[in-house]
Amino acid sequence: MISPIELSTFSVVAFIIPILFVIVIGDNRRLLIRMSFSVSALASLVSVAAGILAVAGGGIEQVVLPIGLPTLPFHLRLDELSGFFIFVVGLLSFFVSIYSVGYVGGLGAGKPVKRLIVFYNIFIAAMFMVCLADDALFFLVAWEVMAAASYFLVMFEDGRSENRRAAYIYMVMAHIGAVLILLSFGVMAGFTTGFEGYTFDAMREARFPLKWATVAFLLSFFGFAAKAGVIPFHVWLPEAHPVAPSNVSALMSGVMLKTAIYGIIRITFDIIKVFPWWWGTMVLVLGLISAVMGVLYALMQHDLKKLLAYHSVENIGIILIGIGLSMIFTSFHLPTMAALALIAGLYHTMNHAMFKGLLFMGAGAVLHATHERNMDEMGGLIHHMPWTSAFFLVGCISISALPPFNGFVSEWLTFQAFLLSPSMPIPLMKLLIPLGAALLALTGALAAACFVKVFGVIFLGNWRGHDNHAVTEAGWSMRAGMSLTSLACLCLGILPAVVIGWMDVISERLLKAKLVTTSGVYGWMWLTPVDPERASYSGPLVLIGIVAVCAVTYLLLHVKPGSISKVPVWDCGFKKLTAKMQYNAVSFSMPFRRIFGFLFDIKEQIRLAPQRGHLAFPVNSHYYLRVRDRFWGWLYRPVIDIVVLLSRKTGMLQHGRIHVYLIYSFVTIIVLLALL
Amino acid sequence: MNLQVLAQVNSFLAALVLLTAFAMLSQRKINSLVTLFAWQGLFLSINTAVVGFVASKHHLYISSLLTLSIKVILLPYILHVLVVRLKIRKDVETIVNIPTTMLIGIALVIFSYHLTAPVRQMSTLITRSTLAVALATVMIGLLMMITRKHAVTQIIGFLAMENGLFFAATSATYGMPLVVELGVALDVLIAAFIFGIFFFHISTTFDSLSVEQMESLREDT
Repeated sequence: MISPIELSTFSVVAFIIPILFVIVIGDNRRLLIRMSFSVSALASLVSVAAGILAVAGGGIEQVVLPIGLPTLPFHLRLDELSGFFIFVVGLLSFFVSIYSVGYVGGLGAGKPVKRLIVFYNIFIAAMFMVCLADDALFFLVAWEVMAAASYFLVMFEDGRSENRRAAYIYMVMAHIGAVLILLSFGVMAGFTTGFEGYTFDAMREARFPLKWATVAFLLSFFGFAAKAGVIPFHVWLPEAHPVAPSNVSALMSGVMLKTAIYGIIRITFDIIKVFPWWWGTMVLVLGLISAVMGVLYALMQHDLKKLLAYHSVENIGIILIGIGLSMIFTSFHLPTMAALALIAGLYHTMNHAMFKGLLFMGAGAVLHATHERNMDEMGGLIHHMPWTSAFFLVGCISISALPPFNGFVSEWLTFQAFLLSPSMPIPLMKLLIPLGAALLALTGALAAACFVKVFGVIFLGNWRGHDNHAVTEAGWSMRAGMSLTSLACLCLGILPAVVIGWMDVISERLLKAKLVTTSGVYGWMWLTPVDPERASYSGPLVLIGIVAVCAVTYLLLHVKPGSISKVPVWDCGFKKLTAKMQYNAVSFSMPFRRIFGFLFDIKEQIRLAPQRGHLAFPVNSHYYLRVRDRFWGWLYRPVIDIVVLLSRKTGMLQHGRIHVYLIYSFVTIIVLLALL
Repeated sequence: MNLQVLAQVNSFLAALVLLTAFAMLSQRKINSLVTLFAWQGLFLSINTAVVGFVASKHHLYISSLLTLSIKVILLPYILHVLVVRLKIRKDVETIVNIPTTMLIGIALVIFSYHLTAPVRQMSTLITRSTLAVALATVMIGLLMMITRKHAVTQIIGFLAMENGLFFAATSATYGMPLVVELGVALDVLIAAFIFGIFFFHISTTFDSLSVEQMESLREDT
């Protein structure tokens, strides 16, 4: 019987095979793409199995590898938490690898496909390694490999300067994060004893003074936040995600951000373990800000992938709300509530991986068909791409937290964590908990509005673009990838009790508390956190209800022929209806721009060309809108300016005159001689 | 001859070395500058021989001969050939005017004496008082490199610095081991050759040997 850790190590090694394919059959592009992505999918599937077994089996497995630095070998460990994240990463990688067969196969002939395959596989393998690592050294090696591989994936189309800029911003943020994490490990390793002080085991044993625990926590939290895209470290997301190939965006947004969540949970709950309440409050507040601001920024976008990138910020915020609440409850010794909040956060981690992966895959299919990222140039795609639009709709419903799909379950659990929380002894918490619940509700509503806009503008209405080239449905493998992901979204939505029963051991290991998820004979049907008297949700019943209502409506409309008739659109007698008169992304979000305008840096211009000198009868009009992130101007621009200024000042030393250089050395000698 | 007289001779030669250094600072003609450099080398060579006699370190005679052949005969000859080949007829151009340079030079000498005062008190060598002169010669060489625009004068400044270092070595510790001195002599010779080759290239590229022209090599900021 092969153990889960062997299984997952095997799958990590298996990701070398596609890279070998590139060397061996690199010339036959079609075969190469099929073979390599099939192997990636299989290897991911092995990891999924390892993850499921690791969580279901419980217990901790550890392996010390014979490789690493001299006398500092790499340590691996597979426990429930890492097993869960390996499951999530593996599941989405499996789906995306299937999808990639068609997606990469459809890329233009000039694109560097070999490079994509190599870094794609390194990237996935590195994410597994991050989850498996059990010492600071191996963790950072895996972390940096992951960052470097994804940098090259973002740079996929390196011919365009905006792509290079996006990749550069990503690299800078990734490095700032990595440095902070490195420092955090350094602080924690300072309190360990023994020769192997760099292992997480040694750090678990160590007792940290509160001051240094705080330093380590803050360093690691902000380091991971830079990777996760927590506001205000989110600037790289809307730059990097749109320019990466869509399968890579799906993985980066769906699971790479989650490795940062893994890191936060690992360090906070597993290594430091004891912490004051304000840590959790800080995480909660940052999560709330990220959630609300992320969705508001998303609403303003009309670039599809940029919009999805901002939604990643929002969802990371929701996950952090769960984790922050869990930390607060842990500090106040409420283990059951802490377990509820943690499970809510983890469940949302998994859900977000699924539906964000699905949405990015759908966006990739749309991009493939239309060669367009601007939503205002699309429209009516439901007629040309019925399958893609159905899958995309599933993603939209899930991310908008509507039943019966998965987004609802995790956001509902997060709400329960808010609503069921007992009164806190600290006044700030009494204020923050209801406020947080309200903001989370606002986030959900705005996300729903945003996805009404996305779906409506892209798939409904008429084609808005200029050139009307034939739009065709995505290929079989892309549809297969998306349909499997949709199925996963549905299953996670209707069988939450089963899934939570499976992953409950994580909270048991970390918080010593279990969620009471089941009650009565029909336990698998009812999700009842904490207390069946207060709140319960049954996914299957809701699904049956929804299906029944839909079926009845359909029957009522279609049973009698002629009850639906098609007529031309009423044009108010104007007779000149054009596609430009439809609602588009900019006009749909106009009310939100009016209400929340103070949060953005908005530049709006309307220019009318008057006819015979009177503005009332314009010949044509021009509308210009630019919505910018305020954080760029608040936080990043000053830092960049200071760095540039200092570099200029230092650069003034460089004259290119030999005499001046000689004077530098002369003065240095004189000063040193005089002083010493 | 008794030691006292030899110490006097040593001091006198040190004074001559310093004098030639100042003469080089004030000299406007390149040909005369090369001649002065040869004179400095000659004083250095005699001084080395005297020190070798006083301290009965016979390898110093060899280094004295080396100095004589390289710094008095070979290098001035190479420099002279350079000046003739490159048709350098103009006066030496300075950045700072000559009286000011002289004043800075005097300040450097005083600074050197001030700096080596503790060494002079502790040392027992008869040549100890010349250490300050050696340091001053090094600094005046560097000063010459800074204040002159022409590349050939810069190499002479560099070689004068080397003279000062050699002088410091003989006066402070009765000379370095012979192997080191041989190596240094060879280095100086090779440096002179490399400089010569570079000067030809610089003068063909820039039509001038003024180092200010090299500013155009700087990348624009």
